[in-house]
Amino acid sequence: MAIDAATVRRVAHLARIKTPEDRLEPLAQELNGILNWIEQLNEVDVQGVEPMTSNVAQPLRLREDVVTDGAKVDAVLSNAPKSADGFFVVPKVVE
Amino acid sequence: MTDLTKLTLKDALDGLKAKTFSSEELTKSFLTGIEASNPTLNAYVEVTADKALQQARASDVKLAKGEGGALEGAPLGIKDLFCTEGVQTTAGSNMLRGFVPPYESTVTANLWRDGAVMLGKLNMDEFAMGSANETSAFGPVKNPWKAKGSDAELTPGGSSGGSASAVASDLCLAATASDTGGSIRQPAAFTGTVGIKPTYGRASRFGMVAFASSLDQAGPITKTVTDAAILLKSMCSFDVKDSTSLDIPTPDWTQSVGQSVKGLRIGVPAEYLIDGMSEEIKALWQQGVEWLKAAGCEIVEISLPHTKYALPAYYIVAPAEASSNLARYDGMRFGHRAEDFSSLDDLYAASRAEGFGKEVQRRLTIGAYVLSAGFYDAYYVKALKVRRRITEDFDNVWGKVDAILTPSTPTAAFKLGDKQIDPLTMYLNDVFTVTTNLAGLPGISVPAGLSSDGLPLGLQVIGKALDEATVFQVAAALEDSAGFVAKPAKWW
Repeated sequence: MAIDAATVRRVAHLARIKTPEDRLEPLAQELNGILNWIEQLNEVDVQGVEPMTSNVAQPLRLREDVVTDGAKVDAVLSNAPKSADGFFVVPKVVE
Repeated sequence: MTDLTKLTLKDALDGLKAKTFSSEELTKSFLTGIEASNPTLNAYVEVTADKALQQARASDVKLAKGEGGALEGAPLGIKDLFCTEGVQTTAGSNMLRGFVPPYESTVTANLWRDGAVMLGKLNMDEFAMGSANETSAFGPVKNPWKAKGSDAELTPGGSSGGSASAVASDLCLAATASDTGGSIRQPAAFTGTVGIKPTYGRASRFGMVAFASSLDQAGPITKTVTDAAILLKSMCSFDVKDSTSLDIPTPDWTQSVGQSVKGLRIGVPAEYLIDGMSEEIKALWQQGVEWLKAAGCEIVEISLPHTKYALPAYYIVAPAEASSNLARYDGMRFGHRAEDFSSLDDLYAASRAEGFGKEVQRRLTIGAYVLSAGFYDAYYVKALKVRRRITEDFDNVWGKVDAILTPSTPTAAFKLGDKQIDPLTMYLNDVFTVTTNLAGLPGISVPAGLSSDGLPLGLQVIGKALDEATVFQVAAALEDSAGFVAKPAKWW
């Protein structure tokens, strides 16, 4: 499953990381190096093994479906690149 | 008067309680030390001197009345991945430069509840992704240790390099740190300090900048095993704000330190004897075995057959979780926003390309790839299955052993810049530590000796889930036998 420049372009878009054209080929080589090393996982017999998504022995807790926090507009907006009148301000993105 | 900064956390707490010195005096000693040393070591990214003195004076009022919490008046350093209300928190990234959290992480809130004093925020690899502290947007931290006869600057390890360097160079009594694949234990081993990652779920992840949520765990870096037991207890708590937080009491682990290890069964896993392991590390490991044998432990040879697959599985699971976690940095609500862009997608992509460093971008790309359509089963699901195999390896030996002894790292601290060329060489640093993250087990690194170059080397003790008590017990026995008192010669 070798990665080429086109794949890197596609994945960089998925990751929303702007990648200049001249970086695609070197990145492809780097990623191939890492993925080739990862290929050794194919040696492991995982027949019938359940994927392990968590190592917490307890089931997820449930709580009452009530509001526990809120009314903190200023705190929420305090790190916004831009805000006004209690809103996040984003650049115009619809023509 | 003795240099207060050289005290252990335990001795400092005793001195404060006995009013031998005040928290203000102690805090000022550290602030003076930081001012002199930090420009060279780069351990702190921000020093919160005013806040520290305020907290110290408040502690002195309590101490004068014979009151105060378990850490009352103790000046600590905080890894810059714990959100601290009103104090910039960057996780070592340009993405978060200028980010001032309006809330406090649970771990640090616990410390302030217990009376600790915050000296400042400690440097780290960007988003905790790195093993040499070289991926930090604030530049690398330097290890106070240097090899015999060499002037080369060494890495303190990573990602908690600032924490390890600060503790080793007496720029705080102890420090908080975090560990996703070895980020507490590897830097501890490289700097002659103690570092423990507790069982997953012991410490709340609320307010910790997320890297890989199923692996991230907070823990302390300290000068002694007792100090680690004291600080870890304060850091841990049940927290409804973290859905993976365990609703169980936190024991007093200082009780385990000094308890006889006679009769404990210690596993020595054959698979940790990796190809190319240096004779020095082999000898250190053997020495650890001898020490524990002499202390009355029974040594049991064990097999953890899937060990060699832990690192490649980790390099799927961790980047996959990171690519999901770090999707929040889109330049809209907080974090860096690019100025030049041509569309909404371009704004996201440009903000992230400008805000994230090279290693973070590399891991996010791997993460997006292994989660993408057509590769999800072949990579991500496969890695999760291997993760279960690795966990089963441990489950299979707990009937035969009470704890496991391994080296902490395959080498001593290396030169800054030495392993930047090839990411794989850097990843191998975590070969002995990453298994416990995947399995959720507690692991501690204890300084056990010096390399022929005069650099510290660590031994790791791994325990059963929730059995930090035995981990501390064995670690203390190793500390006692090793009698590690070496300190780096001051050059900074």
